[in-house]
Parts: sequence; C-alpha cells; structure tokens
Amino acid sequence: MTNTLHRYGGPENFQDDFIVFIRNSKGRNDIGSIPKLKTFLQTALRHRPVTISQYRYGSTVRPADHLHPGIHWNRPVQDLTPEQVIEEITQDHTAAAIFETQEAMEGFLRDVKAADWGLSVNVAGLTAPVHACAKRAGIVRHSVEYSLGFQGALDRLPERPVLELSTMCGHSMVSPNLARKMLDWVREGRRTPEQAAAYMGRFCSCGIFNPARATRLLEAARPVAR
Amino acid sequence: MRIDSHKCVACGNCLAVCPVSAIYIDPGIRRATVDLDECVECYACHNRMSKEHLNPTLVRTIRGFLRLLRIRFDPEPDVCPTSAFAPEELTWPRSIRRAFSDPCVPHESTGVYGRGTEEVKTNDVTNRVGSGEVGFTVEFGRPAVGARFREVQAVTMALARIGAVFEKNNPVTAVMPDPSTGAINPDVLDEKVLSAIVEVKTPQAMLPAVLRTIKEVAATLDTVVSLGVSVRCDPNGENTVEGALADEGYRVFRGKTNLGLGRLMNLEVQPEAAAVRP
Repeated sequence: MTNTLHRYGGPENFQDDFIVFIRNSKGRNDIGSIPKLKTFLQTALRHRPVTISQYRYGSTVRPADHLHPGIHWNRPVQDLTPEQVIEEITQDHTAAAIFETQEAMEGFLRDVKAADWGLSVNVAGLTAPVHACAKRAGIVRHSVEYSLGFQGALDRLPERPVLELSTMCGHSMVSPNLARKMLDWVREGRRTPEQAAAYMGRFCSCGIFNPARATRLLEAARPVAR
Repeated sequence: MRIDSHKCVACGNCLAVCPVSAIYIDPGIRRATVDLDECVECYACHNRMSKEHLNPTLVRTIRGFLRLLRIRFDPEPDVCPTSAFAPEELTWPRSIRRAFSDPCVPHESTGVYGRGTEEVKTNDVTNRVGSGEVGFTVEFGRPAVGARFREVQAVTMALARIGAVFEKNNPVTAVMPDPSTGAINPDVLDEKVLSAIVEVKTPQAMLPAVLRTIKEVAATLDTVVSLGVSVRCDPNGENTVEGALADEGYRVFRGKTNLGLGRLMNLEVQPEAAAVRP
C-alpha cells in the first residue's frame, strides 16, 4: 500500500498533513499487536489529531448499510466517535492518526518513543519537518521512501484541485469525479466544505483522508469575498 | 460488478463515485450500467456508498413527479437509494481485478491488505532495503486511471533486462512465472486493475539507470505511473539519495519516514506460533 505516499501538491500544500501510522509485520511482530494498536490511537487522542483510523473499517466517517431517509435533511459530519473507532479494532494490522501541526505530531512522537510498542511506526508527510521533529523527539529515522510523482500518460490525469483532493486516498477510492462534484457543490453553495469533505472521506476505506486539508482546499476553491 | 436493473432508479449517484468512470446511464433501458471491460472490481460503489433499501417503484414515481415540475431533489451524493449493486462471483482471470483493486481484501500471494505489500513501512524489521541499496515502488494505474497488466509487463521486462531484482513478497512478482524475465502470466495481460505495484531493488549505483528506464518506458504507456524510491538511512538518520535524485531532475520533499521503532517479537511472545507462520 502506497496509500499515503503520492498525495498531490507542492511543499506549501502539506503544512497541515502529517499521518503517523503504526503497523505490524506479518509473521514477525503481529502476534498480540491489537492492544498496542488501540493504545496507539488512545495516546494520539491526547494530541488532538484531525482524525484517527484503523485499516479494516476506516475513520470516524463511514458508509451506512441501512441509512434512514431522514438523513438527507440532517446528516452529521461524523458518523462515529474516535472511541468507537478504537473499540472496533479486531484485526492486527494498521492504525493511523492525522495531525495538522508539526507541534502536535512531534508531541505524539515523544509519547510513541516512550511507549516502545516494538511495532513499525511511520510518518507520511514533508520529509524535512518530519526528520527534524523526530530528531527533537530523540528518534533516528531508519528508512525513507520518497515520492517522485507521476509519469506516463499525464494527459489522462484530472485538473490540480481535483487531484489534490482525490489523491488523499492513495487506493484511489475517492473518485476524481466525486472530488470535482464536491468542488462544484461547494462553489454552488449546495454543501459546506466540511460536509463535502465527509462525503469524500466515507470512500477512503482505511480512513487516512485528511478532512482538515480537504476542507481547506474546498474553502480555497470557493470564490468568496476575502 | 453488476447493477440490478429492476432496482436501479437511475439517480446517477454512482456515476461520480466510480474511480475509473465505468458506470453510465444506458439510454436504452434508462438504468445505470457497468462497462465490464473498464470496471476494475474495486467495489467502491458497493462497499462505500450508503444504502437506503427503498422501494424502487416508489422512488421512480417520486422522481418522475418532481421531474415533471422541473424540481430537482438534492439528495446525499454518496447514497444508493435502492441498494441496486449486485456483486458477482469472480472467476479467474477476472478475479485478479478485485485482488489488485479492492483494498479491503488481502492479496492471496502475500496475505497483505491494500496493495498487497509492506514496502519499507516495516523495513526496520524486514530489512527489505538494506544499506547501500535502493528500493523502487513503481505503481501503475494510480491515480484513478487503471492499468492493464500488458502495460505493467512493458516496464517489468525492461527492468529485468537491466538486472533489477523483483521483491519476492509482492503480488505482481507472484504473477510472474519466471521473475528473472519480468514476463507476466499471459492469462492476465488484458485484465485491468486500479493499481499494481512493482517493487525492485538495486545497488544505489544503479539508481540513474533504473529511473531512466522507467521514464523511457512509461512515456510509451497509456496509463500513469507513480514512482517511489526508498532508502535505508545511516546511523545518524541521513542518506545520500536525495542528492542523487536531484542529479536526475527529481525534487523530492514528501515521503514516508520509517522511524525504526519496530523489532522482531513473535518469538518472544509465542515461540511455537511464530515458528509455523510464514
């Protein structure tokens, strides 16, 4: 899964996007890792993340199997509480917390280092600030995977605002057409940026879609008097 | 994936949510229909849309009445009002589409969810990319274009020719009868998937050759390629790859940083279970 690697945008566009995730390695340290994933997320909540998620079901926004028709007039922008997300973890895989400031991310990394769960912890985001925060937290990074962007038939890619939104789900579950529709709906005043971000977030099955960044991008696309 | 035409009310919500634009309203039957050749079986429509289970006749009547009055109902955009999606049992080779497209099912070859590979996310316990080496993740079809394995093969064979070694625990390598050639099982060459990640590893000295090969072949494809380069850091957390990438014209600023906090623990926790696991 390069689910968080190839988000689209320039360096200035990722100041509010740091994804810290923990995962086990099959056959190496997966036995008994479920309580560690839960503790990881509980610890993250102390640092006010934008959202948290677990890989099997996603974040606090979810599709519903039996939606009540009345929901068309009164739908919350969150379907679950963070505590419910944590409670649901039943498989030993991956959990993630998304932060919108370096300070919050760094504070969390200090706690992560102290906890010493023995599982792999990664941070997806701007590599230089992550490196600096890790150093200050007393962590020496082990490996880095750099995104080199896209090649090939680039003429098949959608326009920039759409790519910035849709690539926040690296599994491509957030369709460019849905992102474009949400941009239009926000411009038309049919939905708020927060509502539009929640619609898109429900398609990101592992829940690493950053609703704060999405809201900012949608706000920027709205031609309001500034 | 199919859509039950008896249930579909042609609301059009599912058209926008399909990552590869494989759903359309068939003007002949006035129902949403899936272009099966383009569909990658990602299940985004079936798994991620909310469902209302409303009576199709009732919904069509209301929609028809509103349309007569030129009134447009403004429904939630992520809802299938009548739960019209009808997944089919997939057989080989079509079943490979779902394995490479739906992140909610694990790849049989590796047992890993998502795109089926751990990459360097667990490099601190796997040592998949060691000191002096460079790992490449070449992802085809992403974002939201999709790729046929024939296009993937064009690159894998080119990489094999220059001596790149394919990662064993990777779903694309698993469909190569002989990874030393880079050739992919002919059964699946025309199958379309949402994303396929090829992983190779070389000495760092080969970095320019691999990058140039990928760029050259990618330019001939009708899909997009997302490229990632991974490296093991020195004891101070530094590496020399950023400079080498800059020399090749790549300005890197974003990536995934493995903090090195993982360690082997199954043997400590449960020696017998660990011994029998792959």
